Amino acid sequence: MQPIISVSNLTKTYASGFHALKGIDLEIRRGEIFALLGPNGAGKTTLISIICGIVTPTSGTVLADGHDIIKEYRAARSKIGLVPQEIANDAFESVWATVKFSRGLFGKPPNDAYLEQVLKDLSLWDKKDNSILSLSGGMKRRVMIAKALSHEPQILFLDEPTAGVDVELRRDMWDMVRRLRANGVTIILTTHYIEEAEEMADRIGIINKGEIILVEDKRTLMRKLGRKQLTLHLQHPLERISPELAHRNLELSADGTALIYTFDSQQESTGIASLLRQLNELGIDFKDLNTTESSLEEIFVSLVKRDAVPNGLAATGGRA
Amino acid sequence: MNTYGLLAIYRFEMARWFRTLVQSVLSPVISTSLYFVVFGAAIGSRMAQIDGVSYGAFIVPGLIMLSILTESISNGSFGIYMPRYSGTIYEVLSAPLSPFEIVTGYVGAAATKSVLLGLIILATARLFVPFEIAHPFWMVTFLVLTSITFSLFGFLIGIWATGWEKLQIVPVLVVTPLAFLGGSFYSISMLPPLWQKIALFNPVVYLISGFRWSFYGISDVAVGVSLAMTFLFMIICLAIAWWVFRTGYRLKA
Repeated sequence: MQPIISVSNLTKTYASGFHALKGIDLEIRRGEIFALLGPNGAGKTTLISIICGIVTPTSGTVLADGHDIIKEYRAARSKIGLVPQEIANDAFESVWATVKFSRGLFGKPPNDAYLEQVLKDLSLWDKKDNSILSLSGGMKRRVMIAKALSHEPQILFLDEPTAGVDVELRRDMWDMVRRLRANGVTIILTTHYIEEAEEMADRIGIINKGEIILVEDKRTLMRKLGRKQLTLHLQHPLERISPELAHRNLELSADGTALIYTFDSQQESTGIASLLRQLNELGIDFKDLNTTESSLEEIFVSLVKRDAVPNGLAATGGRA
Repeated sequence: MNTYGLLAIYRFEMARWFRTLVQSVLSPVISTSLYFVVFGAAIGSRMAQIDGVSYGAFIVPGLIMLSILTESISNGSFGIYMPRYSGTIYEVLSAPLSPFEIVTGYVGAAATKSVLLGLIILATARLFVPFEIAHPFWMVTFLVLTSITFSLFGFLIGIWATGWEKLQIVPVLVVTPLAFLGGSFYSISMLPPLWQKIALFNPVVYLISGFRWSFYGISDVAVGVSLAMTFLFMIICLAIAWWVFRTGYRLKA
């Protein structure tokens, strides 16, 4: 299937000489939730701004639903909705007036029933006649989302949608994103909250210093790069790891009540069976055990901390 | 053509005007009326006629022009500067709108306000000073052309400005002096010969002269020249606006 967004060799050099993007190639699949992760200044917002027409690229092309964002900007832009990072609203307008304005701006004929539904979905309907100035911060952010959805976009960009947002609104937003996806909308979100990407995204792209360093299916990524840990809660605390176990990748918890075994879940032999046998032989009893996978956050941190990531990393399943 | 988009901007701008009628209409009408009271009704009766027109009537076209210039620049610049300042410009830039549609929306609304204001001031002036309009068609033509041209000029200032202060510099330091020295209150022919020549470099002279001609059939420069100069200034502004959108100057990083 044709990708809904196709970015090729996109570069951006600002007037200051700063290379914000250094040859980005990226394809977003139709109907997916794609999370773009990266530290501050990595180029996330610049990339989104170029696709949405707010920033002019230095070179390269972007196709949105097959339309070049510069040559066929009308067709491209009418498919895209953007919720920017910063809250920017016309303070003196009413909520209703501002969503009507947004819909018109994108060339769509009036459809009050649709806008009513959007406001209801975002719990804004009872505030529709209030001026935006009178709304709380969270409500203002909802207004930004309502504006982005007002013209029924096929592609929705959410730039740091939940930064500084309370838990309730974050939950609401995630629900809304899932509903949109169910209706066929493609969603691209940037976020600092790794758990957000972990919970929401189908695929994850990591951008650092203006380069995409990895694009991967979330589950594959976590499986490939994930380390697993087996924690054994001991019946009797140990003072130290006995010499017979020294060759194994074991750690003892500070209070001596748990042994932590780190292993690579991709390996043919994880060594768990032999470890358990050996513990049995040594008479070390345990009352409980559990395994944990490394979180996306750990994967992310270990990736962006490297200056250069070997190209074959994701493919070979190398450990982060 | 994104008609809905163009209309959205136009209506948005007009709505802001209606929300702030006291500031946007009442204050220019009152300040202009004060001129009519002082120079028309009070002092005017003691002043000599100029080219057969009473002084009170003579200053009406000039004062309307003065208001039109100031208000056009103010509305045109504020309309585009405000979203740049608040950040809401992102939405306009990301919308499927051509530069022509964006300019038409903002400038069209600013010019509409100026034309309406000009007509209101005209009606108000009639309460204080008797006058007649010899060429109503040309009166409206000059009114509309000047409103569009200076709203466009204001739009450019709104794009150029990087702060509220800069937004005020051009209107206060350039336009107001040019308008006062451009023959709002006198005929250029009343100046010493050297200053008459210097005055011809003041573009406002042409606007006021042409506008006054449409009222009384008298002018400092030929009416065709006035019309040509107005168009010339509009074309210059359009060319700059074209360059702004082509390069993304101050709009796109």
